[in-house]
Amino acid sequence: MTGVRIAGVGLTHFGKHPERTGRDLFAEASEHAFADSGVSHDDIEALYYGNFMGELAEHQGHQGPLMAEAAGVRAPATRYESACASSGVAIRQAVKDVRNGEADALLVGGAERMNNLGTAGTTEALAIAADDLYEVRAGMTFPGAYALMARAYFDEFGGSREDLAHIAVKNHEHALPNEHAQFQNEISIEQALDAPMIAEPLGLFDACPITDGASAAVLVSDEYAEEHGLDAPVSITGTGQGGDRMALQGRDYLARSPAAEEAAEEAYAEAGIDAGDVDVAEVHDCFTIAEVLALEALDFYAPGEAIGAARRGETTRDGDRPINLSGGLKAKGHPVGATGTSQLVEMTRILRGDHPNSDSVPDAKTGVTHNAGGTVASATVHVLEVVS
Amino acid sequence: MSDHENAGYDEWLDAIAGGDGYFLECGNGHGSLPPRRICPECGATDLETTPLPEAGTVETYTVVHVAAPSFADDVPYTTAVAKFGPVRLTGVADDDVEVGTDVSVKIGESETTGDRLLRFERR
Ligand SMILES: [Zn+2]
Repeated sequence: MTGVRIAGVGLTHFGKHPERTGRDLFAEASEHAFADSGVSHDDIEALYYGNFMGELAEHQGHQGPLMAEAAGVRAPATRYESACASSGVAIRQAVKDVRNGEADALLVGGAERMNNLGTAGTTEALAIAADDLYEVRAGMTFPGAYALMARAYFDEFGGSREDLAHIAVKNHEHALPNEHAQFQNEISIEQALDAPMIAEPLGLFDACPITDGASAAVLVSDEYAEEHGLDAPVSITGTGQGGDRMALQGRDYLARSPAAEEAAEEAYAEAGIDAGDVDVAEVHDCFTIAEVLALEALDFYAPGEAIGAARRGETTRDGDRPINLSGGLKAKGHPVGATGTSQLVEMTRILRGDHPNSDSVPDAKTGVTHNAGGTVASATVHVLEVVS
Repeated sequence: MSDHENAGYDEWLDAIAGGDGYFLECGNGHGSLPPRRICPECGATDLETTPLPEAGTVETYTVVHVAAPSFADDVPYTTAVAKFGPVRLTGVADDDVEVGTDVSVKIGESETTGDRLLRFERR
C-alpha cells in the first residue's frame, strides 16, 4: 500500500466576504495549493470537495463539477456533505483512493459562503444539521445543542464558564500571527464572561464566528512525489471516521463524543501510534465546549479531565501539547464545508515549519486533525507525520 | 416550517395532545420514536406501541437567546432534553427547570409561528 503525501496546501482569508461567490473562494484556495505543490493541473484524477449549505446560501447544488471548473481541473468531481465534517470525509475518500492505487494525484478541499445570509439566516441554515422533527421543532439551534452538551458536561464532571473562557482566550492568542484568521485580536477572560449569552451557559465568545472561506490541498502517492521530485515532507498516515445517532436525545452520552473516539482509534491504529505520540493537534472547536470533548475523544485526557487544560496552560502555545495553533474554529473562523481541509492545511504548515506558529513546536513530527459534523454525529480524525 | 405533513410524527403529536403519548418498543426492550420501521439498536421490525411514562426527568437544558427566525418572538426560551423510560425527548420547557427536575410532556406552540411543539411542564 502506497503512502499519501500532502504535496501542496492553500487557503483564502477566513472572514466576511459576503460579496464573493463560493466558486471564486475555492478558485483562490486551489490556486495557492497548486502553486505550493508543483503538481500540474493535468495530473489531477479527481476532486473531492466539501460543502454544507450551498443550496441555502447560494441556491447552488451539484457543486463538484462547478468547483473543478473553478480550479482549472478536468476530472470527475464529487461533493461531500457531512455538515461541519464535509471536507474531513472528502479527505478520507482521497486518502483511500491513493492507497488503493486508484489515483496518484487528487485535489481535495471545501468552501462555504455564510455571511450573505445574515445571523438569523445562518442560524436557521446551520440548524438543518440537527434532526428537524425532534430537535429543530423544539427550538434547538446549533449553539443551543452545544449548550445542552456543556450543561450535561458540567453536571457530570464539573467545570465552569471560566474554564471555557480560557479556551477562547487561548485560541484568540494563537490566531494573532495567522494572516488567514478572521479574528487577529486578543480577548480577556472578563470580556468572554461578560459577553451576551447565546444559549446558556454559552456566550458570544464561546462560539465560532460566521465565516466565508475556502481551503484546498493536493494529495499524491509516494511514487508520484518521488518521480516528480516534489518537496512534500508530510504524509497522512492514518484516517478514521466514526458515527453516532443524529439527535442528542438518541445518544448513549450527552457529555462525550463516541463518534470521534471511534475515528481517533481507527486513525491511531493505522498510523501505529497512540495519543502519547501526538505533538500537536487542530481540533473542531466550533464552541469552546467542543474543544473539551475533542481532547477527551482523542484520548489526550480521560473523560472529565480536559475542561481545565487551557486554564492549566497545557494546551497553550508554550504548553506540553498545543491545541489549535491556527486559532481554531473559534478565532480562525469556521466556513463549515472548508473547515476539515483547512485543519489539514494548517497542520501541514505547522509540521513543515512554515506556519507563523511553527516555532512553538520546533520538534513536532506528529500532528492530528479532528473534524466533527453536527453535534458529532459524524467525525473524522487524520494523523499527519513528517516522513522526510 | 411545518408546511408539509409528516405521517407518523404528526399522529404521535396528536396522541401526546390527547394524553396518550407512546414510544415504540422492540422485542429486546429498545425504545425509539416514530416515524420508525426498524429498531435503530437491533434491526428488529416488530415494533410495539408502548405508553410513554407520565413523568420524565430533565437531563440537560439551555436558555436560548439567539434563535432561528422561526423562534424569533419566543426568545428567551428554555430547550431541554428529558428522559421518559427508555426514550429521551427534546422540548421547550418551563423556564425554571434544572437537571433532575421531574416533568410531564404536553403539546404547546411556538409564539412566533404557532406551530405545535413538545412542551415540558414541571410536575
Ligand atoms: Zn431493538
